[in-house]
Amino acid sequence: MSLAWTAIRLGTVLVYLFMFAPIAVVMLLSFNANQFGSFPMEGLSPRWFIALIENDAIVRAFQTSVVLGLLTAIISTTMGVLAALAMVRYDFPGKRLISTALIAPILVPEVVLAVALLLFLRFLDVPRSFFLLLMGHVIFTLPFVVLVVQARLVGIRREYEEAAMSLGANAFETFRRVTLPLMLPAVMAGSLFAFTISFDDITGTLFWKPGGVETVPTQIFAMLRNSISPEINALGTVMVVFTVALPLLGAALARRLAAGMASGSR
Amino acid sequence: MTASASEAQTFDRRPWLLLSPALVSVLLLLVIPTLFIVVYSFWLRTAVGAEQVGFFLDNWEEVLTDSFYHDILFQTLRIAAISTIICAVVGYIPAYFIAYTPTRHKTLLLLLLMLPFWVSYIIRTMSWINILGVSGAVNSTLMALGIITEPIQMLYNEATVILGLVHFLLPFMILNIYVSLDGIDRSLADAARSLGCTGWQAFREVTLPLSVPGLAAGALLCFVLGAGTYITPMVLGGPRNAMFANLVYEAIVTQLNWPLGSALSLLLLALLGTLVMVYSRFLGIDQIAKSFR
Repeated sequence: MSLAWTAIRLGTVLVYLFMFAPIAVVMLLSFNANQFGSFPMEGLSPRWFIALIENDAIVRAFQTSVVLGLLTAIISTTMGVLAALAMVRYDFPGKRLISTALIAPILVPEVVLAVALLLFLRFLDVPRSFFLLLMGHVIFTLPFVVLVVQARLVGIRREYEEAAMSLGANAFETFRRVTLPLMLPAVMAGSLFAFTISFDDITGTLFWKPGGVETVPTQIFAMLRNSISPEINALGTVMVVFTVALPLLGAALARRLAAGMASGSR
Repeated sequence: MTASASEAQTFDRRPWLLLSPALVSVLLLLVIPTLFIVVYSFWLRTAVGAEQVGFFLDNWEEVLTDSFYHDILFQTLRIAAISTIICAVVGYIPAYFIAYTPTRHKTLLLLLLMLPFWVSYIIRTMSWINILGVSGAVNSTLMALGIITEPIQMLYNEATVILGLVHFLLPFMILNIYVSLDGIDRSLADAARSLGCTGWQAFREVTLPLSVPGLAAGALLCFVLGAGTYITPMVLGGPRNAMFANLVYEAIVTQLNWPLGSALSLLLLALLGTLVMVYSRFLGIDQIAKSFR
C-alpha cells in the first residue's frame, strides 16, 4: 500500500508539473533578454514589457477587454444573483426545467452559441459590434454566475432574516441590512468569475468582435499567426498575473469583509 | 410537496420576478437564435452572396452526404475521445491523491487545481509552442546536449492537438473525479479490506465503481468541450488536423456562407446535445454543478 501511495504521490507531482510547466515557461521567457525571446536565455530584461506598453494595438486591446469584462460582470452578476435567489429560496413548479435552462448556455457548444447569436442579431440588423460582443459574453457567463452564487447562497440561513423581520424591520430593510451583506461574498465571487471568463474568452469573441476591435486573447491569437514573439509571452504573463491575482485578491477581500461583519455584529 | 399545498391557494409571483431577467436573456440570446439558425439552415446562399429565403435541402444534403464532412466529423470525435480517455486515466491519480491525502496538502492542491481555470485558454494552448517549437525548450535542450544537430519539428500534428486538449481539459476531469471520491464513505473500502480484499481489490470493487458519476461527469465535460473547439487545432494543429468547429468557423467567418455554417453548427449541436441528454437522463445534470460547491 505504501509503495502504491508513493507511486500515486509521484504521479500527482508529474501531473501538476504537466499543468504548470508550460505556463511557467511563458512567464520565464517573457523576461528573456534574447532578441528572439527563445532558448537559450541570455539574462533577464524587462524590454518586452516596455514594448507592450509602447504598442498601441495591445494597449487598446487591453482597454477593450477590461471594459467588456466589467460590463459583463455587472450585467451577468445582477441577473445571476436574482435567479440564484429564486432557485435557492423558493419552491415552484418546473424548477428542474428552469435550472437546466439557466445552465443551457454552457451545455450548448460555444461555437454553436456564437453562430446562433451572431446570425440572429444580424437578421435583426445588429451588426458585429461591441453590443453583440457584450450580449454574447453576458449569456455565456450567466450560467457560471448562477452556479457559483447558488452554491454560496445555500449556506445563508433564513433565520437571520426572520429574526430581523420579527424585530420590526420591513422587507426592504431586511434585504438591505441583513440579506445583502450576507450575500456580498457570493456576489463578489460571481462577478469575479464573470469578469475572468469574459476577459479570457476567445471562442465566441472571434465570431462576435467587429473588424478592427481586438480583446487581449484575440490580439494574442492574431499575433500567433506570424510567429511566436517574445511580446506574446510578455502579454501572456500580464494576462496571467491579471486574471490570477484578481481572484486571489478578491478571496482575501471577501475573507476580510466576512471577518469584519462577524466582529461588527457582536 | 409543501409548496403544492400553498400554491393551490395563491400563486407566488416572487420567484418568477427574480428569474425573469435571466430567463428572458436565455430566451432572447440562446433559444430563439438557435431556433433561428434551424430556419436559416434551409435557406440558400446564391452565387452573388445574398441569401435566398425558402426551404432548400441543399445545405443539409451537402453536410450529410459529402465524405469531406464525414471524415472531419469522425476525426473530431476520435480526437475528443482520445483526449477524454487520457484525461480520465491521467486525471484519476491526482484526484485520488487530493481526496485521500492529509489536509495539509489538500487545500493547496485544490487551490492550485483552480488556477488553470483562471489562465486564458489561448495562453495555455500557445504555451506549448515555447516547449515543443523549433526554438523551444525541448529542442534547445537536446541541441545543447549534442543529441541532435537540427531542431526536430514536433508541432502541428494530431498528437500536439491532443496534447493541447488534454492540457486544457485535465483540470475539469480532476475536479469532477475529486468531488465524487470525496463523497465516498471511507468505511466502505475499509470494510472490504477487513473482509479480505487487497488494497487494489478494494479499490477496483468499491472505490472505482462509486466514483463513476464523477468520472462520467468529467468525461462528458471533456468530450463536449474537446469536440467543440477550433482554437487548439488552429494553434497546435497542421492543415490536415482541422476539427468540426473549424469548418463552422471557415463557413461563417471566412466564406460568409451563413446557411451552410448554420447547418454545420446544428449538426454539431445535435451530436453533442444528444450526448448531454443521454447523460442527464441517466446521471442527472446536477453532478456537474457539484464541482462548484
